[in-house]
Amino acid sequence: MSKYVPKLSDLKKEFDEKPSVLKGNYSVQEWWDIPVEFRDGNWCFPGKPEVLEDLGFANPRKWAATDENWQLPAGWQKTISDGLQSRLKKYRSLKLFLDSCVRCGACADKCHFFLGTGDPKNMPVVRAELLRSVYRHDFPLVEKILKGFSGSRKLTEAVIKEWHMYFHQCTECRRCSVFCPFGIDTAEITMMVRELLNLIGVNNNWILAPVSNCNRTGNHLGIEPHTFVQNINSLVEDIEDLTGVAVEPTFNRKGAEVLFITPSGDVFGDPGVYTMMGYLLLFHHIGLDYTISTYASEGGNFGMFTSNDMMKKLNAKMYHEAKRLGVKWILGGECGHMWRVVHQYMNTMNGPADFLEVPVSPITGTRFSNAAATKMVHIAEFTADLIHHKKLKLDPKRNDHLRTTFHDSCNVARGMGMFEEPRHILRNVCNTFHEMPEDTIREKTFCCGSGSGLNAEENMENRMRGGFPRANAVKQVKDRHKVNSLVTICAIDRASLPPLMNYWNPGVSVYGLHELVGNALIMQGEKKRTEDLRENPMAGFEDGGDDEE
Amino acid sequence: MKKVLMPLVMVAVLALVPFLGVQYAGLSYLFGVIIPYTAIVVLLAGFLLRLVDWLRRPVPFRIPTTCGQEKSLEWIKYDRFESPHRFWEAAARVLSEVFLFRSLFRNTKAELHKDSNLAYGSHKWLWLGGLAFHWSLLIIVLRHSRFFFVMVPGFTEFLDHADGFLDVTLPTFYITNAVVLAAITFLVFRRLNDAKMRLISLQTDYFPLFLIAAIVVVGILMRYLTRLDIMPVKDQMLRLVNFSFDDPGEIGTLFYVHLFLVSVLAIYFPFSKLMHAGAIFLSPTRNLCNNSREKRHVNPWNASIKFKTYSEYEDNYRDKMKKANLPIEKQ
Repeated sequence: MSKYVPKLSDLKKEFDEKPSVLKGNYSVQEWWDIPVEFRDGNWCFPGKPEVLEDLGFANPRKWAATDENWQLPAGWQKTISDGLQSRLKKYRSLKLFLDSCVRCGACADKCHFFLGTGDPKNMPVVRAELLRSVYRHDFPLVEKILKGFSGSRKLTEAVIKEWHMYFHQCTECRRCSVFCPFGIDTAEITMMVRELLNLIGVNNNWILAPVSNCNRTGNHLGIEPHTFVQNINSLVEDIEDLTGVAVEPTFNRKGAEVLFITPSGDVFGDPGVYTMMGYLLLFHHIGLDYTISTYASEGGNFGMFTSNDMMKKLNAKMYHEAKRLGVKWILGGECGHMWRVVHQYMNTMNGPADFLEVPVSPITGTRFSNAAATKMVHIAEFTADLIHHKKLKLDPKRNDHLRTTFHDSCNVARGMGMFEEPRHILRNVCNTFHEMPEDTIREKTFCCGSGSGLNAEENMENRMRGGFPRANAVKQVKDRHKVNSLVTICAIDRASLPPLMNYWNPGVSVYGLHELVGNALIMQGEKKRTEDLRENPMAGFEDGGDDEE
Repeated sequence: MKKVLMPLVMVAVLALVPFLGVQYAGLSYLFGVIIPYTAIVVLLAGFLLRLVDWLRRPVPFRIPTTCGQEKSLEWIKYDRFESPHRFWEAAARVLSEVFLFRSLFRNTKAELHKDSNLAYGSHKWLWLGGLAFHWSLLIIVLRHSRFFFVMVPGFTEFLDHADGFLDVTLPTFYITNAVVLAAITFLVFRRLNDAKMRLISLQTDYFPLFLIAAIVVVGILMRYLTRLDIMPVKDQMLRLVNFSFDDPGEIGTLFYVHLFLVSVLAIYFPFSKLMHAGAIFLSPTRNLCNNSREKRHVNPWNASIKFKTYSEYEDNYRDKMKKANLPIEKQ
């Protein structure tokens, strides 16, 4: 295990024995008196100078969060103060969320980071108060007069350190916003504070490096066009070895009906690549006229975790490429924050997409009127529709070696509202599916603990703590129903849940939904399949065993 | 605890001011006419200004927090109120927050048990306490409309009867009086009792609770203990609603304390967290339809951004693309 994480037994001991605000047996006087402590495992390395220079970002330098002196640029207070003023003018949400909280405490124990750390400043209300306290000091007149009364404080370097720590212990998952009686959304506040911190060079390399890569090469992982093609072609070979079927994806092809965009993690990372194989099998199975772009080769958008301007800049490639290629509409792969961007921001930022058509499934004829303006359809919507119209030949027995549960990804759940489509697919491609406890799924789902660009190795302790509520819910179905497969529709989940499961629930593997689709698909002209896409033996399909037909 | 005691002392002092002012300094005109008028002006103007101040700021993005199934495929039932698709559904979502505290109804309590296991229990106390508090306050305020009309309106009579149906004391005991005091006690107690709540509570959270409690207590004292003569009170209130600046004349001192504390609450309102009463209608995570892929939401200040175009990309990678047999635009 990583050197950035305590031993499981030590962490469990801490949870059992150490008094905490969460357990109610620990009291502190005031949150603003608690010092901020950066140590191994609870912070992400800052953006490298060359990355910042490439992006034209402020204050490139070598530094670490553990440094005493953060080398903030001259006049940084004014930069922050002006930055906050201008954002308050541009976003009603920010102003409202700073003004309307009554500190009722409904959100307090809803945050996965609070549940995993017991740190009072990880209660969403206090996280927002970190900014509110400064806002109240600077802005409304009367509360300024009544300083001690309303918990106002000055903007100091210590506050910046606190912001850096706690706005990088928020994954913008919006769970708190579900429970807030005013719908106050900490994600909105975190996004704004991260924008502000970037103005003075307080940042996270695990976010900014992918942003810079994506700008240059078209994807977060920095894969250049020829390598991108090579990677997918090697998956094509793997598919042929396993199934005997030669799928034929095309790249940058003009005149295709559909442009398919998925997170680059699916092209490059394990276990994302198996999900990619699932897509390729599916498209071949239905004979979809699609193409993949090496330029718009990223579904995800780490710009979202940087600034809204950067989000827009990285997202612009999707429509730009769709227009150039002359496709009719765009199909998007499994991803969490990608879909928050596509669903709630893309058309506003980079639309209108008049050059595209309202998406119609060429197989079923279903018109996706819910995507009539943005013209981009989620693969789960697309596949659920195919299954509903019985257009797929599926053998769910081929997933009998997997006892599954489903993890709702935060952004898809609370920033889009897609719950039934993936479940419909899952129920049709496998025989064993058990839901986790109801307070941990659907709109109440828990984050993997590594979302919003916190997936850095050096941040491992935070990730294992932040992912604890999710892991604990998985443990319950593992114990009760022998679940061994955690199915998800998010690329960050596919990268971050495997280490989380290894830490808390060894023996549980992480799957993309379309990997299971790929396993279950009965392809025309396939050879006898005995192994799943991971080359693991499928139960009941061993050589010499029963044939499926 | 300083953050509890300070607001308590402030409310006590605020209650003492009109008592001394009227009883010993004869300032009934100040407390009966000038301050109430000032307070109502500050409340109305302040509330409006705050609303306008929010409304003039744009809503650049459509960011509802979806708490239920989106409208997508025809055969999948969508959740009208947690993932609204039409305007009236979003309106119903907001109104259900306003009148029923729908989101608070979801509340759970997380507990860390032995062997590092998390459990979530239903936890509706805050919902119940909050609902009891707000609804009884509303009924009490509406009941007070009897002081503002020469002829008591029908609905006030009705509220009066409904609220006093127990009919156990003379004058009639109002259920809402008991409920609001119980609710305030609960709301204060929960801030003191729970480690999390102690930590997040500020003086500004206790102050309005104490202030409202004081207003209620003084009101009850007037009605049941000192048996204040109600006619001069009504005369004075009628004068106020008729914009009269006449001298209030002889009314019991407790009335001035009650009126002054209400005035303080009114003045405090627009500058404080009590503005959540207006904000709840405007919250973009609740009052927008979840249809941003179906209808384009327009951002009035949509930033102009220069992005890396395909031709720049091809210029960077043309040779590599050629080698990989990728189609290119320019040779």
